[in-house]
Amino acid sequence: MKFIGYTRSNGTVGVRNHLLILSTVACANNPVRNIAQQLTGAVPITHQNGCGHLPREAERVHRTLVGYGSNPNVGACIVVGLGCEVIQTKKVAEEIAQTGKSVACILIQESGGTINATAEGVRIGREMLSELSKQQREEHDISDLILALECGGSDAASGITANPAIGVASDLLVKQGGTSVLSETQELIGAENLLAERAVNKKVAEDIINIVKRAEQSSLNFGVDIRSTNPGPGNKEGGITTLEEKSIGAAHKGGNAVIQEVVEYAVKPSKKGLIIMDTPGTDVDSVTGILAGGAQVCVFSTGRGTPVGAPIAPVIKIVSNTQTYHSMKENIDINAGKIIDGFCTVQDIGKEIFNEIIEVCNGKMTKAEQLGCGEFAIYRDSPTQ
Amino acid sequence: MAEKTQDAIIISDKDNVATALKNLAKGTKVLARGDILTMEVNLKDDIKFGHKFALYDILSGSDIIKYGAVIGRASQDIKKGEHAHLHNIEGARGRGDKK
Repeated sequence: MKFIGYTRSNGTVGVRNHLLILSTVACANNPVRNIAQQLTGAVPITHQNGCGHLPREAERVHRTLVGYGSNPNVGACIVVGLGCEVIQTKKVAEEIAQTGKSVACILIQESGGTINATAEGVRIGREMLSELSKQQREEHDISDLILALECGGSDAASGITANPAIGVASDLLVKQGGTSVLSETQELIGAENLLAERAVNKKVAEDIINIVKRAEQSSLNFGVDIRSTNPGPGNKEGGITTLEEKSIGAAHKGGNAVIQEVVEYAVKPSKKGLIIMDTPGTDVDSVTGILAGGAQVCVFSTGRGTPVGAPIAPVIKIVSNTQTYHSMKENIDINAGKIIDGFCTVQDIGKEIFNEIIEVCNGKMTKAEQLGCGEFAIYRDSPTQ
Repeated sequence: MAEKTQDAIIISDKDNVATALKNLAKGTKVLARGDILTMEVNLKDDIKFGHKFALYDILSGSDIIKYGAVIGRASQDIKKGEHAHLHNIEGARGRGDKK
């Protein structure tokens, strides 16, 4: 099957053509916002990271920023930093430029302050917008797609309707040569043995067991019952009792495909097919990591309802029950509650999700895009110094 | 999978709990349906949409099975038809509080 997208010189294909204004450090957030405000359609990324990180975390933040700028949905990128921070802005810009896209680097200390940095960014960005506007979509095979699988605000119906239906769509994509990324390791606790049985080889099976062990140990280290945070209050209100129950329901998003590889947070898969990325159980952090790993589109199940989107990729929201569909219709793209209502099967909704993925990749806006919902957060696990 | 007449779903025939597909009232007889198994259960509690009730009498300490897999264990005896949730089920994983 085919879709139409933006051909990138490194062989990847974008389903959007964004101009990204990327801050590398909290100190650069102001000019990033200012530059984007002046440029129609430009996407600003601001965040609290960039300095004072311990080495392992500095590497993860750096990798995430480079991955985000390198995402095929980004047509051109302006990287803005201060000049003295731990995350080296010039290095981030150089690594993004290796994808072949147009990249500029602005350092506030070199520009001589906020006003000059902003002006420089607006001048460069306007020319970039002009170039991006001339690019046309071309036909590509869906084996070029990387799909992010996510859930947030789950209820007990998520594991019966929305997640298995997403699994059907994921299996359809994988069967046709595409790639699907299952994530949120904490929410695989209790489902790891079922997943390890589906690993392509012993090494991948061990990787699955090991990342789950690591996630569980990090919770044990705090000396609390994991249920004090996960399942969250809304999950419990929705009928989910234990983390194991939530995990097995969540793992349904990965369908029945063979698991080809386990990758670290924000690392691009080297294989096609079903992949597991080791991300935290927080949806925004998790989606950011998968997009930094090259995914162009995301399907996201919810039971309680959530508006969460992503700044650079369409997020297709699938709700597990009809009640939430009606109460939050403006945030939901597909109602899998029709399965419980008796109007459709899991297979039917799975096919509907698959068709929606293709339409959205061709350019149809998701509800999250229409409303400008675009959240960004990098996974952190150690203190700044 | 689901049909309109269904009150609750038994996801796997190995399960000892069912999930309510609508708000169900205490004292009513409800139909819980799986792929093979169909059971009538007299509810001893109100069961909200998405919440679970016991399909059999479950002894304290026994595994709670849903999706054909262990999702926790009973922290007290649970009678057939009783609400099965935080008050009588505990998770076995990620229990830093038990170290």
